[in-house]
Amino acid sequence: MDLWRIVLEALDSLASNKVRSALTVLGIVIGVGAVIAMLAIGAGAQNTITGSISGIGTNLLFVMRGGSEEVRNPQPLTLGDAEAMRDPFAAPSVIGVAPVLQGSAEITFTGEGDIVAAVGVTPEHESVRNVEIAEGEFINEIHLLGRSAVVVLGPDIAETLFGRTESIVGESVRIEGQPFRVIGITIAKGGQGPTNEDNQIYIPMSTAQTRLFRRSGSDHVDMILVQALNADAVTTAEEEISAILRNRHRTAIGEDDFTTFSQQSFLEVAETITNVFTIFLGGVASISLLVGGIGIMNIMLVSVTERTREIGLRKAVGARKRDIMLQFLAESALLSLFGGLIGIVLGWALSMLVGAIAAASNADINPVVGIDAVLLATIFSAAVGLFFGLYPAKRAADLEPVEALRYE
Amino acid sequence: MSDWVIEAEGITKVYRMGDIEVHALSGVDLRIARGEIVSIMGPSGSGKTTLMNILGCLDRPTSGSYSLDGSQVAELSDDQLAAIRNKKVGFVFQSFNLLGRQTALTNVELPMRYAGVSNGRRKRAMEALEAVGLGDRVQHRPNELSGGQQQRVAIARALVNNPAMIMADEPTGNLDSKSGVEIVQILLDLNRNIGTTLIFVTHDPEIAAHTKRVISLLDGLITEDRIVEK
Ligand SMILES: Nc1ncnc2c1ncn2[C@@H]1O[C@H](COP(=O)(O)OP(=O)(O)OP(=O)(O)O)[C@@H](O)[C@H]1O
Ligand SMILES: [Mg+2]
Repeated sequence: MDLWRIVLEALDSLASNKVRSALTVLGIVIGVGAVIAMLAIGAGAQNTITGSISGIGTNLLFVMRGGSEEVRNPQPLTLGDAEAMRDPFAAPSVIGVAPVLQGSAEITFTGEGDIVAAVGVTPEHESVRNVEIAEGEFINEIHLLGRSAVVVLGPDIAETLFGRTESIVGESVRIEGQPFRVIGITIAKGGQGPTNEDNQIYIPMSTAQTRLFRRSGSDHVDMILVQALNADAVTTAEEEISAILRNRHRTAIGEDDFTTFSQQSFLEVAETITNVFTIFLGGVASISLLVGGIGIMNIMLVSVTERTREIGLRKAVGARKRDIMLQFLAESALLSLFGGLIGIVLGWALSMLVGAIAAASNADINPVVGIDAVLLATIFSAAVGLFFGLYPAKRAADLEPVEALRYE
Repeated sequence: MSDWVIEAEGITKVYRMGDIEVHALSGVDLRIARGEIVSIMGPSGSGKTTLMNILGCLDRPTSGSYSLDGSQVAELSDDQLAAIRNKKVGFVFQSFNLLGRQTALTNVELPMRYAGVSNGRRKRAMEALEAVGLGDRVQHRPNELSGGQQQRVAIARALVNNPAMIMADEPTGNLDSKSGVEIVQILLDLNRNIGTTLIFVTHDPEIAAHTKRVISLLDGLITEDRIVEK
């Protein structure tokens, strides 16, 4: 029997019972659709998270005050610490250091106002954190030295205050009641929530320390961002700055009163989370594939019974066991394969829909239906059909010709 | 190759139904020569179909030896039996047994497909259909054909692989007498033209009257085996 003839006959047989075939295939359609959609959305979410983590800069290290819980009285990080990290001999793997002082502040313009995150920064912050300016300029050395009352606004807060995001440079706003001159607007990054960088303001570090937050110990900072030379240098940079801080804080190894995170470790955590999520949902979806497979087995068993006489006749005219096996396996595999193909289309449509809904609610997830997912689903659904078709096909092949011909 | 198409000795067939044993055949000896036309007659339940199935290699005897067209059948596997049925035996059943979704032509092609014939299948199937007078109905499906026409398709299917013998189990049982006669005539013509051995199982004395040799069966035994001189 040539394969082409077998396929044609299987198609013919499936087509002769369209409604039944369609209903049988439904389980596979839903299973494969769910798998495809899950993988697509998972990949989209991963891209979004990876993108937003990468968007904050490249090869970054975050240094914060405080170590493990046993360490008492951790010393604060200071501008001096940041300065020490710039030492090219002690820290050759470091190319950028940006200390940060954070707090919230009320900002107003002619009555309109909001409480926003205010970040005290040094000029290096622009390159280290990859801040992009849409209009005007970022904070520079002169502002820093002069403790200038200047501010760079995020586009969202600019919109709140002025009702526009352009031609604002030069305007005067009040921050905690003090007048500040707007010198720049950053490019919209499309964030949301409490960490929305589009709704924060940048002021010179010196201004923040002396005029805005007025904390004890005027050179304390909340966090120091360190940029490593390249991706390979991140670990060495981490060791170098740790050594510098241990030395300055006079702590022994193992009793660090500071903590470092690398951007890479955030990425890895995010990846692990989305992978777990994908595997979990994939598992749920494959249960539906399993159920679909059992449905196929059930219908194939019915079909074998219905066609007992046909099987008997085929055997009488010379069909061997494997001819009958092939005939029924072709039917179940094709059935399942069709389900898989329809499921791929359904899953694709579903993930596009989720993408559209996400876009409408500003969540910015772009589901990606990968060619690997499509191939996997195609092969997997055909395999499900073959596997669950095996038993019915074997039943058919093992029928005794005489018994089969007598069957009413 | 011997002149005997069928050489059977001491064939028994016992069906076991729970505790009861049914002796469908209890020791049948039978030889049929190449080119013979034979009817097997007997009352219902006498074992005609059982014998037919064994002779046609659809079923195995419980005991006894059987050689078909020179090859011993007893030790063959299921698939080897399938190959023998495919090449050496053509079946014509009372209830036609055509594949309902396929045309007359593809029904007739079926045995050639299982034989692995790939070249000239269509042509040979056409010739077989023409031989049974259905050259103008090749694209019809069984439900578009009369009973007699369906049985003729079945005959075309039985002869298409040039078998050593054709076995017809009550081939006219579902037909009116006119088409019954036509069917028998077609089979007899085959015998005359290409020398196919014919074995009829029948209740009908009319059919038996066309055959030279009549075998009578009763309770699984041959009670009479006579040559009718015309
Ligand atoms: N599969 C089976 N299981 C049990 N008994 C069977 C089976 N097949 C046939 N028999 C028995 O074997 C005997 C012979 O049956 P068979 O079908 O050969 O009769 P037959 O001569 O063809 O009858 P009919 O003219 O009615 O077709 C009967 O008694 C029948 O009940
Ligand atoms: Mg019978």
